[in-house]
Amino acid sequence: MIEVHREICAYCGCCVSVCPEGALELVDAYLDIDTNTCKNCGICVRVCPLGALEAKK
Amino acid sequence: MKREYDVLVVGGGPGGAFAAKTFAEKGYSVLLTEKRPAIGAPVRCAEGVGKALMHEFFKPEDRWVAAEIEKANIIAPDGFKMELEPEKAGAEVGYVLHRKVFDRDLVWMAAGAGADIQVKTRAVTPIMEDGAVKGAILNQGGIAHEVRAGLTIAADGVESKFARWCGVDTTVPLREMETCAQYLMTGIDIDAHATEFYVGNNIAPGGYVWIFPKGDKTANVGIGVGGDRCKPGNRPIDYLNRFVARNFPNGKAIELIAGGVSICQPLPCTVANNLMIVGDAARVSDPLTGGGIYAALYTGKLAGDVGSMAIEKGDTSAQALMPYDETWRASYLGKALERNYQIKEVFVKLNDDDLNAIVHSVSKMNLSDFNTLNLIKNIIAANPKLAIKLGKAGLKSLLDSF
Repeated sequence: MIEVHREICAYCGCCVSVCPEGALELVDAYLDIDTNTCKNCGICVRVCPLGALEAKK
Repeated sequence: MKREYDVLVVGGGPGGAFAAKTFAEKGYSVLLTEKRPAIGAPVRCAEGVGKALMHEFFKPEDRWVAAEIEKANIIAPDGFKMELEPEKAGAEVGYVLHRKVFDRDLVWMAAGAGADIQVKTRAVTPIMEDGAVKGAILNQGGIAHEVRAGLTIAADGVESKFARWCGVDTTVPLREMETCAQYLMTGIDIDAHATEFYVGNNIAPGGYVWIFPKGDKTANVGIGVGGDRCKPGNRPIDYLNRFVARNFPNGKAIELIAGGVSICQPLPCTVANNLMIVGDAARVSDPLTGGGIYAALYTGKLAGDVGSMAIEKGDTSAQALMPYDETWRASYLGKALERNYQIKEVFVKLNDDDLNAIVHSVSKMNLSDFNTLNLIKNIIAANPKLAIKLGKAGLKSLLDSF
């Protein structure tokens, strides 16, 4: 699953746009991940400008 | 907030605000929703816009303008600086805006024209009936409100979730998402009227570093990196921190901005039944420069114009809304997006030797007759070896696009 490091995330939404499953949603000042939809592909982890996302097994 | 409107606008950036203003001025009932508690904040933008483009819509208020730009400098990987003089810099001669003020004023205008505004109110689900959008469920303060509308404008920016929920695939390929970080810096020694662009694979792979002045000793210093080039330890923030340490060791960052800009082609179709998609949500940001303010204003206003006619005729089907899609594609904007996409596809494949050669050769050219096609022809004439490489990189499609 994808973990959001909230101390790093600047809630910019960059990751939301590349998610092939549409599993990410930027709700104002926090990122919401639909764990039922997320396939743990890690594209969001790669694109984050700040390194706020981490894929955990 | 009423239960029913002629038009629902999802997103309170420049595209949404301009659409809402346009519909309201024509007498339609409009609700604009913004999920954030404040319009224009947090900023996700380098804030530059071409003067001539901005003047298509208005003469900017003084309070919107942080700096007026008179020239642009491009710095090659080897440090060589090329100056583009005003009359040669084309649309890059422009304004650096205060987006927090600008965006809020645009929503203010929409409100003044009669639109209802709801902030900290997020569209969470479209209302879909018979394959058409009939409004949305809005979450405000944890309470779901059903708001029905004859026409909905998806202006929800780079995330572009609303159109996606309506069945339009808005996903941006990783390699075509420019991932960005920026500091608003003060106490830095810069030319207050020149934008600077640093290119190079060690500086900003698949992108560039920008310095956009915002007044005396103050500027947006930012970077965009191709999504596929972003790696742990080499993310935009890492490149930016290294650039700042090298170039502005005594500068002070008074704001951190993160964001993404799509550098893909626009959506194949920007309308659906009772739905129009504008601005970044439609993927109409410039693939080469990353600029999106003009595109959002243009498509937002056009959606208002075409959408109003469609409502008047009582038909807001995808087919009836198609003139919106066709008009922007045939416009200056559509042509610029197509051309700059092709240039971007070549640009991201250049190594530092290529970039050095291009910047050096351009600086020697007589640019009195400056246009992109002339520029490319001159670059090829000056760099025969580069021409072969550019050919392999898809130059033919580039030249064919003119």
